[in-house]
Amino acid sequence: MSFISAIDRKLIRDLIHLKGQALAVSIIVACGVAIMVMALGTLSSLQQSQETYYDRYRFADVFATVKRAPDSLARRVREIEGVRVAETRISRYATLKIEGFNDPANALLVSVPDFGEQILNRTLMHTGRWPDAKRPDEIVASKSFVDAHGFELGDQLTAIINGRARLLTIVGIGDSPEYIYTLGPGNLLPDDKRFGVFWMRRKALEAAFDLNGAFNDISLVLGRNAKPNSVIDELDRILAPYGGLGAYLKEDQLSNAFIESEMNQLKNMAKIIPPVFLLVSAMLLNALLIRLIATERQQIGLLKAFGYTSPEIAWHYVKLALAITLLGIVMGFGFGAMLARLMTNLYGDTFRFPVMIFTFSKSSFAFSAGAAIIAAVAGALNASLSAARLQPAEAMIPAPPESYRRGPIQKFSARLPFDEPTRMIMRHLVRWPGRGATTLLGVAAAQALLIGTLFMFDSLDVMLDTFFERTDPYEAMVNFVEPIGSNAIEELKDLPGVISVEASRTVAAKIRHGPRFERAGIIGLPGNAVYKQILNENDEVFPVPEEGLTLSSQLAKMLDVGIGDQLTLEILEGRRPTIISPVTAMVNEYISSPAYMNINRLNQHLFEGEVVSGAFIKLDPSQSDQFSKAVLDRPVIASVTLQSAAIKSFEDTLEDTISIMMSIYAVIGGAIAAGVVYNAARISLTERGRELASLRVLGFTRHEVSYILIGELVILVLLALPLGCLFGAALAYVFGQAMSSELFRIPIVIEPATYGVCALIVLVAAIGSAVLVSRRIGQLDMIAVLKTRE
Amino acid sequence: MNIRRNTNIAEAIDDGTLISARGLTKVYDTGEVKVHALRGVDLDIKNGELIVLLGPSGSGKSTLLNILGGLDRPTEGEVIFRGETLTDFSDARMTKYRRHHVGFIFQFYNLVPSLTARENVALVTEIADDPIAPDEALDMVGLADRMHHFPAELSGGEQQRVAVARAIAKRPEILFCDEPTGALDSKTGVHVLEALEDVNRRLGATTLIITHNVGIADMADRVFRFKDGRIDSIEIVGRRRKPSEISW
Ligand SMILES: Nc1ncnc2c1ncn2[C@@H]1O[C@H](COP(=O)(O)OP(=O)(O)OP(=O)(O)O)[C@@H](O)[C@H]1O
Ligand SMILES: [Mg+2]
Repeated sequence: MSFISAIDRKLIRDLIHLKGQALAVSIIVACGVAIMVMALGTLSSLQQSQETYYDRYRFADVFATVKRAPDSLARRVREIEGVRVAETRISRYATLKIEGFNDPANALLVSVPDFGEQILNRTLMHTGRWPDAKRPDEIVASKSFVDAHGFELGDQLTAIINGRARLLTIVGIGDSPEYIYTLGPGNLLPDDKRFGVFWMRRKALEAAFDLNGAFNDISLVLGRNAKPNSVIDELDRILAPYGGLGAYLKEDQLSNAFIESEMNQLKNMAKIIPPVFLLVSAMLLNALLIRLIATERQQIGLLKAFGYTSPEIAWHYVKLALAITLLGIVMGFGFGAMLARLMTNLYGDTFRFPVMIFTFSKSSFAFSAGAAIIAAVAGALNASLSAARLQPAEAMIPAPPESYRRGPIQKFSARLPFDEPTRMIMRHLVRWPGRGATTLLGVAAAQALLIGTLFMFDSLDVMLDTFFERTDPYEAMVNFVEPIGSNAIEELKDLPGVISVEASRTVAAKIRHGPRFERAGIIGLPGNAVYKQILNENDEVFPVPEEGLTLSSQLAKMLDVGIGDQLTLEILEGRRPTIISPVTAMVNEYISSPAYMNINRLNQHLFEGEVVSGAFIKLDPSQSDQFSKAVLDRPVIASVTLQSAAIKSFEDTLEDTISIMMSIYAVIGGAIAAGVVYNAARISLTERGRELASLRVLGFTRHEVSYILIGELVILVLLALPLGCLFGAALAYVFGQAMSSELFRIPIVIEPATYGVCALIVLVAAIGSAVLVSRRIGQLDMIAVLKTRE
Repeated sequence: MNIRRNTNIAEAIDDGTLISARGLTKVYDTGEVKVHALRGVDLDIKNGELIVLLGPSGSGKSTLLNILGGLDRPTEGEVIFRGETLTDFSDARMTKYRRHHVGFIFQFYNLVPSLTARENVALVTEIADDPIAPDEALDMVGLADRMHHFPAELSGGEQQRVAVARAIAKRPEILFCDEPTGALDSKTGVHVLEALEDVNRRLGATTLIITHNVGIADMADRVFRFKDGRIDSIEIVGRRRKPSEISW
């Protein structure tokens, strides 16, 4: 008595016989499943970590900054319908002088109540204690900053707070849900050495910034049924007289927005990449089954003659496809779980969660397995049904011999000056176009996938290059504590190492167009600015127009405006004028969505005379240390950022991540190419084993015979590469669009070198697997071939 | 005509022996049982001879031919071809041996379906040192007018004659034919045998033909009778008959 039916035993033997090919398909399925499990698993880990953190440390729903508002105003805010909790605080920038560290660094100073802890956006204390309310120089510092400098509790550093140098002592090390992703002023990436968050007692900051009995920052938690937009409107109305800079929801909170954008990318990755793998696996299963069924024709005839029904036969072959897919699914689960862990750890370096909770998304397993099974059935169905349709009598007769007949193509090819092995390759290709197409498309898909993922490193290059070389080629950027008279620029010019200085004036504004509005910074630049430049749609530098507003195309899209449209600008600073201004130009920006205006025009609108809020500086690089020291002594500076330091930190941060991600993409892209070519070669070998063994008998060497097998594949791969480049460019476009967000836009740039590298990966993978198969030519049984009729 | 005898063979071996076997045994070990396909075969074949190998099914004829042709190796014993011990050759040298010295003709033709008759012959002439032109080889087997046909467009006899042309076009020193007429009716078979006979005479290619057909023995110089993995008897035929005179 056996538990496995005879026909299932046949299935198992078939599988064992096909193990190489089956495994190749399984691996491709596994890659697709793994990416889905990885992306969704990482996503759920991020989500969980974020939710837990937000929940426990009460991340707020609404944020607003104001110039100076009396404490009593908080009560009015709490009365807004929908507001459950409101907490005021003081939050300002300061510059830092750190012993043994030459570059200027910045800190965000955030107040905690004098007694106890915050209610919202609470600080998680890793070690140490809260500052003593009687000691204004004690701070809790953010962990990443402390770690980057190797500080310990009790260590001291100098901060220049509102123009006055103060020696601060670290008494605690903390973190907060507001700064999971900590970006310093003017930075593109977190730079833990040059930016930290310091929590200080409220009293200390009130004194330092002259804000006794006042606040400059407020956070709200809303009730379940609150209408966020009407809360924001009301809050803005209340804060306006006190210099409110516009309230915003947590979706627009910087750290949160970065996390959300990352999560969105993971979602898109799960949507776009796995289908490519599953499509290829379906195509391969189809080819594999067609071949298997051709060899098993007579067995199928026999089974039918014995009384097996058509559905039983079809199911038999579908089961084979499912078995192969199931193996892939299991491998994919394992591989995906590994990758998810790796990715989650990578994110742990960028996103400062106190604990990175690692969870699997259960639905990712169900989803990916379901999708893989559907793909398997789709791939197997056609071949399996054709097996089921075979008539027993007909199937028992061996398939007619491969009939090559004289057609126009054959006649033509007979005249071409090929040697006979090459002619065999050509004829075989023309004779079986469907099979060639499967290989071609499969390899093209591999190439497309490689390009569609690896192009992002080109995009990143372009983004960085554009930023550091073209739009922001300054060496140092300075922000003043308050807008200040333009004589500050002259003062900066006197600092050591300064070659020239360019003024800028940035104001917060609400830009309205009909019912739509966006909060944005309007950056005022001189018409002849060279250290901060803007690019038109063709990526050419152009001066900020004398008149009107220049919008980043992203902002224009959000506001639904074009050149010539009139906008209402509600300035949120100073006298808060409302300006009607036309859009006079558009700029391409990859990072954030700003607006620009001529600085003189802007100042006229603001009725403030010649006022600046920041400056871009060109330095003599050899004197940058002297500059760094001297600039901190200026009383007016809130933050200073060195571009060279930013570039360096960029390289440091991204190098590891990029090489890890590139290897993952290269391996999975290569896996497709290898799997497709391996399968094609194996099918070809089974089918033409007789022919190839005959050639060995005739005295052809192993290499000469391999040429016939591999030559065909080489032609297909070479044809597939340009097609793959085309598909790849399309995929890159889709992917780039999906990955772009308000924070940054991914330029679709594919360098020739990237096409080359991708083609190289495909070639190496394809040649590797073809060589693997061609080794079997040495094992062809020359004698068996002679004994049997075809 | 530019068809010449191969002269270098006669120079190499004084007594005219082209290929010899000594103590050849072949044991197939299939796990449970050992099959003794050859049990000590000694033979010498002279240059230009046409040998017919007769024997019951399973007696080891094909096994012997495969070993002599460099497709297989014996369990024991050696094969000497023009003074060199074939059985010591590496795989690569075996391939060279087949490529330059040996022609094969099999029961099932083994033509490449994607190549025309002419191209099937060219397949071999392209890798040979001093071949006959494919057209000429096909002419010798009477297929000049079918040169551009694919195998699927030829009859069995015609396909086999293409195989003969393919085997002889490289001017092999020795031609191994394993039941060349096995799949053919007698009339077509005679055509193929005529082609072989012609090649043997005109090119001087030593020829070894395996057959079950006793009648074919009449066209040989010598007939080896095979039994149980050994040569049972050798018969020297006085006068070779033409294939057309043979009846079966
Ligand atoms: N690969 C193999 N494995 C096991 N036994 C084999 C193998 N090849 C041949 N034999 C056995 O060796 C013996 C000799 O076989 P061979 O093919 O040489 O016979 P033959 O004389 O050519 O027969 P036939 O006239 O039927 O072609 C047979 O008993 C056969 O079963
Ligand atoms: Mg035989």
